Amino acid sequence: MTVLASVLTALGDPWDQGIMQRALLEVVLLGLVGGALGCWIVLSELSYGAESLAHGMFPGLVLAALTGIPLLLGGAAGILVAALAVALAGRVPGIGRDNAVAVVVTTLFGLGVLLALSPSSPPGIQGLLFGDVLGTSAGDLLDGAALAAVVLAALWVLHWRLLAVGFDRLSARALGAPPLLADAALLILLALAVLVAVQGLGNLLVVAVLVAPAAAARLLARRLLPMMATAVAIAIVAGIAGLYLSYYVRVAAGASIAGFMVLAYALARLATLAESLRGAATLTEAN
Amino acid sequence: MSALVEARGLAVGYGAAPVLGDVDFALEAGERVGVLGPNGGGKTTLFRALLGELRPLAGELTVAGRCGTVPQTERSRLDFPVSALDVALMGTIAGRPWWRRPGRAERRTARAALGRVGLEQLAERTFGELSGGQRQRVLVARALVQEARIVLLDEPFTGLDAASAERLEALLDELASEGRGILIATHDVDQARAWDRVLCLNRRQIAFGPPAETLTREVLAATYGGAIVTLPAEDGREALALLPPHHCDHEHSA
Ligand SMILES: Nc1ncnc2c1ncn2[C@@H]1O[C@H](COP(=O)(O)OP(=O)(O)O)[C@@H](O)[C@H]1O
Ligand SMILES: [Mg+2]
Repeated sequence: MTVLASVLTALGDPWDQGIMQRALLEVVLLGLVGGALGCWIVLSELSYGAESLAHGMFPGLVLAALTGIPLLLGGAAGILVAALAVALAGRVPGIGRDNAVAVVVTTLFGLGVLLALSPSSPPGIQGLLFGDVLGTSAGDLLDGAALAAVVLAALWVLHWRLLAVGFDRLSARALGAPPLLADAALLILLALAVLVAVQGLGNLLVVAVLVAPAAAARLLARRLLPMMATAVAIAIVAGIAGLYLSYYVRVAAGASIAGFMVLAYALARLATLAESLRGAATLTEAN
Repeated sequence: MSALVEARGLAVGYGAAPVLGDVDFALEAGERVGVLGPNGGGKTTLFRALLGELRPLAGELTVAGRCGTVPQTERSRLDFPVSALDVALMGTIAGRPWWRRPGRAERRTARAALGRVGLEQLAERTFGELSGGQRQRVLVARALVQEARIVLLDEPFTGLDAASAERLEALLDELASEGRGILIATHDVDQARAWDRVLCLNRRQIAFGPPAETLTREVLAATYGGAIVTLPAEDGREALALLPPHHCDHEHSA
């Protein structure tokens, strides 16, 4: 009885603090956006694009932090500059698109790191790399909720068009779902999601919430909507687990959250592996 | 009665140079037209022009009706998490404003279409888990949901067993008898003999007309290049057979 009571206290304790309450809400927002949009990112094989976008915007974030502009604005400007640079570099003959993206992103990211590590940078700028869930302010939450609402509403409205394009790019146009429009919509939503997530998880870990829960859900679900629900659930549970870990063990919250998401993916892989082994075993028995 | 599709001196291609030219044909309501040609002959390219994906480089193309398409197999992703019903529902996108999602009425329509192709029992099955013939029929159902007056099928019989092929062929006959125009790209010359007209393509139009008059030795030779042989007469009619292209190359190099 007392054990149960102390477990309950231990589970309830963290949420008495305003910091942890806001962090919890932030984690739920991250899970909703990352889980749902992540499914499209995984299905459209855009993980590399997500990573490029997140790293390419880094100088924008650092400049915003240095000059005191809102991070959201700095991040948005950073994404625009990165997207333009990638588009321009892709036009240089003889480089190839993938290489152009790699060069631009690495350069931008390096630039951001240089800025962040310069002696004149204020402390706490590492938060941009690893995130600062526990530093979420009420204003951050409002911004995040607004962006999340936009992303989720767009996914809801565009669902069937995205589905038709993902299923068969070439016939999608004839069905009234132009692939270029779907691509553009996904990239814009991806940029918005990165903006939401970068506050909590930081530049290095933001890709985790956009890829790992959806990749795990993909292994577990056989339809898109259940896949999205599973990804959102995994992301939120991993987020809460990460918050507990950081509360009791005093490790970085962002890194713990990302770690739990990757763990969820590993577990899903193991589960499917075990299932296929069991399937193979029943087959051999039958023979 | 005016044609559903009419091409006059049509040329299409992916860049400035056409990969298919001199196309002059018409598809009337209620007709099944076989599109014959070697690999790379331009069958898929013609379909893409009909779907509005490629602009004519020369000539005219009128398409008087909505086109449904059953694309060349294995282009759609079999690992995609959609059911047969989801795929049929994709046929409702074009007819509705962009902010409206398919509702109960659309679901009923899609189920009815799956019923017409004999798949109502498998509506909830994952598309990639269906057999090849069933997948083709789901895509036909999608064209029905689109209310397509023109249905394009790109090599739909490739890889089907005899029973599935027969079933699909009966379905196509039924669609034509409802007044739809059906274009079927195929490798099977004998199968095309049963249809209303044939369109022979090899980078340009070789011939167009009723199969009995059109499918002469000369036309087949021009359509398929040298890869054609005459088989000994069986029931009083000599049969033509196509050799696989590599066989032909081999003989040349030997
Ligand atoms: N996307 C493309 N871009 C450039 N050329 C293409 C493309 N698709 C097909 N082609 C060329 O067009 C020609 C006709 O191809 P296609 O219409 O696919 O033939 P078929 O369907 O009869 O096998 C081929 O020479 C092919 O190389
Ligand atoms: Mg083809």
